[in-house]
Amino acid sequence: MPVTLVLKTPPPVPLEAELLTPDAIAERSRADICALPVNLGKRRMRLDDFFDVDGERSDEIEIRGDASRVKWIGRGMTRGRMLIRGNGGMHLGSGMTGGAITVTGNVSDWLGAEMKGGTIRVQGNAGGQVGAAYRGSLNGMSDGTIVVQGSAGLEVGMRMKRGLIVVGGRVRDFAGLQMKGGTIVLAGGAELRTGAWMVRGTIVALSSISLLPTFAYACTYNPTFLNLYAKHIATLGWTIPFDAREGGYRRYTGDTCVPGKGEILVWTGF
Amino acid sequence: MLRITGGKVYDPSNGIDGAVKDICIADGKIVADLDGGSSIDATGMVVFPGGVDVHTHVAGGALNFARGLVPETQRAARKFLHTSDRRSGLGGMTPTTFATGYLYAGMGWTTVNEAAVPILSARHTHEELHDIPLVDKTSLVLMANNELVLDLLEAGEIERAKQVVSWLVWAAKGYGVKAVNPGGVTAWKWGKNANTLFGPVEGYQKVTPARIISSLAEIVDALKLPHPLHLHCNNLGVPGNVATTIETMKVIDGHRAHLAHIQFHAYGGDDWSSMRSESVRLADAFNAQKNLTADAGVVLFGNAVTITADGPWQHLLYELTGHKWGNLDVENETGCGIVPYVYKDRNLVNAVQWAVGLELLLLIDDPWRICLTTDHPNGAGFWRYPEIVQLLTDAEFRKAQVKKLPPKAQQRIVLADLDREYTMSEIAILTSAGPARTLGLSQKGHLGPGADADVTIYHEKPENGRFFTSPRYVIKGGQIVVEDGDVRATTAGREFVVHPACDDQIEGYLRELFPKVYTMSFENYPVEIERLRHAQIQPCL
Repeated sequence: MPVTLVLKTPPPVPLEAELLTPDAIAERSRADICALPVNLGKRRMRLDDFFDVDGERSDEIEIRGDASRVKWIGRGMTRGRMLIRGNGGMHLGSGMTGGAITVTGNVSDWLGAEMKGGTIRVQGNAGGQVGAAYRGSLNGMSDGTIVVQGSAGLEVGMRMKRGLIVVGGRVRDFAGLQMKGGTIVLAGGAELRTGAWMVRGTIVALSSISLLPTFAYACTYNPTFLNLYAKHIATLGWTIPFDAREGGYRRYTGDTCVPGKGEILVWTGF
Repeated sequence: MLRITGGKVYDPSNGIDGAVKDICIADGKIVADLDGGSSIDATGMVVFPGGVDVHTHVAGGALNFARGLVPETQRAARKFLHTSDRRSGLGGMTPTTFATGYLYAGMGWTTVNEAAVPILSARHTHEELHDIPLVDKTSLVLMANNELVLDLLEAGEIERAKQVVSWLVWAAKGYGVKAVNPGGVTAWKWGKNANTLFGPVEGYQKVTPARIISSLAEIVDALKLPHPLHLHCNNLGVPGNVATTIETMKVIDGHRAHLAHIQFHAYGGDDWSSMRSESVRLADAFNAQKNLTADAGVVLFGNAVTITADGPWQHLLYELTGHKWGNLDVENETGCGIVPYVYKDRNLVNAVQWAVGLELLLLIDDPWRICLTTDHPNGAGFWRYPEIVQLLTDAEFRKAQVKKLPPKAQQRIVLADLDREYTMSEIAILTSAGPARTLGLSQKGHLGPGADADVTIYHEKPENGRFFTSPRYVIKGGQIVVEDGDVRATTAGREFVVHPACDDQIEGYLRELFPKVYTMSFENYPVEIERLRHAQIQPCL
């Protein structure tokens, strides 16, 4: 039976709940879970000051309510499952190395920032810096998967090194900024400067996007790896086209001002 | 009043080498004897004078820039939480001000010398130094690329240059004169460097790096400053630079000088792939010149942040590493570059650098003339000094470390052939008595009557087997401030400044010149002595 946490009322200011993870909860009794420390501003409080807690000793956690002001849910988690029925706050799944998080609502900035493994699915929209590097860090997410069905904000996948980000809706500026590897699938288009300063990695755009002048057209083709990758992405509930009878991908290399060896693949069959 | 009983005392300045002896403290000073007061039983412990760091970078605009440049290391850094008697802060490669004091004192160091202050940033630097608790401070004023001084050298007006230097040291409330890559940083403002000692500096006809060095060394001696010219030689970090360093020693021509972080100046070879240690050659030359002192600038493997006024070198390092780069202070009387760096033991160049620092410490025969530093945070964080002490006192351990280096690196160094082990007394010289003497701080670095009561007490045989890593007690100004590695009290440290003699006429000369070359008003330029809340004027020689 999963541990269920029902938010009593949304906190007035952001609540920092770094211990809201399967790792912290899996071995704890209900009383211990209730007593887990959370920080409201500079005040140290108990988890049950904000949540009704039900269940114990489980690495499956369900959170109900509008947790959009609860930060760091699933931070650094290594295992287990979290289901958030409602919204999630900033830094959700930041630095996680394993396990899965599903959010039925929207989430804020820094979703899965610097994550190293595991899977995050968001059925609503995400904020900026999805899977990104924190300020100053050289690398963003280094493995794992993030699927956002709605839109996302600025700097999606900034400095990401490996792993996969799929965004169903539109993303804002600077998707794949300084990207070093990995794959970003943009199913719903992007605003400006996609792939700026990218060194390596792949951005797949399933609709027309505006490109920087520092990306050079190479060819139109149907990359073999996408055929394989599409099968993997299908397991996440997404389809990406690869059939040559439907169209091809225009390949642009860049960002040549770095100079970089990344690629943006733009589907022509829409 | 405090009496320390039963400890083995290492006080090389007073010829005490491990004798069991009481140390008595009254009114913040060491006294010959006293009646009453509390006592510390130091049986099974060793008693050292508090550590003195002759060359470190702990405050000022460049440090602050570096703190902002590496938020990723700050996130991973040791956190100091606010308590009733301690301020909050962060450790890491560029600790915050309060944390700097806690870390230094926690290690047993009680005096530090901030080694590079641009005059325009002096006010800010003193504000930060004030916020470093527990340790006493001195600071050195950057002078070798100051255009006011260089213009006078170009005109051959050495006497007036002397007066200007004297005025500037007091204006910045400094303790001594620092020279960084003389002429090279001036050339950097033209996008160039000064690679040879005898060619004219960019923008000048007669001024050469050699002339800047010899003139400043002469001026510092003439002004009778307690600390000699503190010199960061030209061609830092470059393969083959040992020739420049040895030339520089000749140029100093018998004057006093302190060569900073000589590890970075003792390389042979023609390029990065052929780089090798030239510590034997440098140590031989250094041993023969008794007018010189030096600090080691040891490199340890791991994270570092390189911060130096040597702007052109930092640009080169940025191009080599592709890491982040900050370039600042070119509008000041100096330059500055900041590049985060990681020293790796599998890297040939880094392995040679690691060995050279230790080789110089072992090959320089007079421990009074070489001080323990890492050029914090350039070679490693200062809190890693205990690791260096272990490497110096245990030859077997050291040789085991050498064996871990890449075979190619082992052929480029001589460290494996050195059997010397530092004695306890030599460690006391290296970490305290020597640097105190080099700084001209007669009240520091010893435990004789009249000295400041800065005392560090270590377990002789600690449970973790590693001597020196964490002091049992640290006493600063007669007060116990650290017990078992925990900060117990946070007293403010003092700042020592010098007020060298200066011709009254020179202020008029500068007042007239100032509006033509500066964008601030002359009245706002000098730091008022009242700004330094715990200033103490140290007499000139």
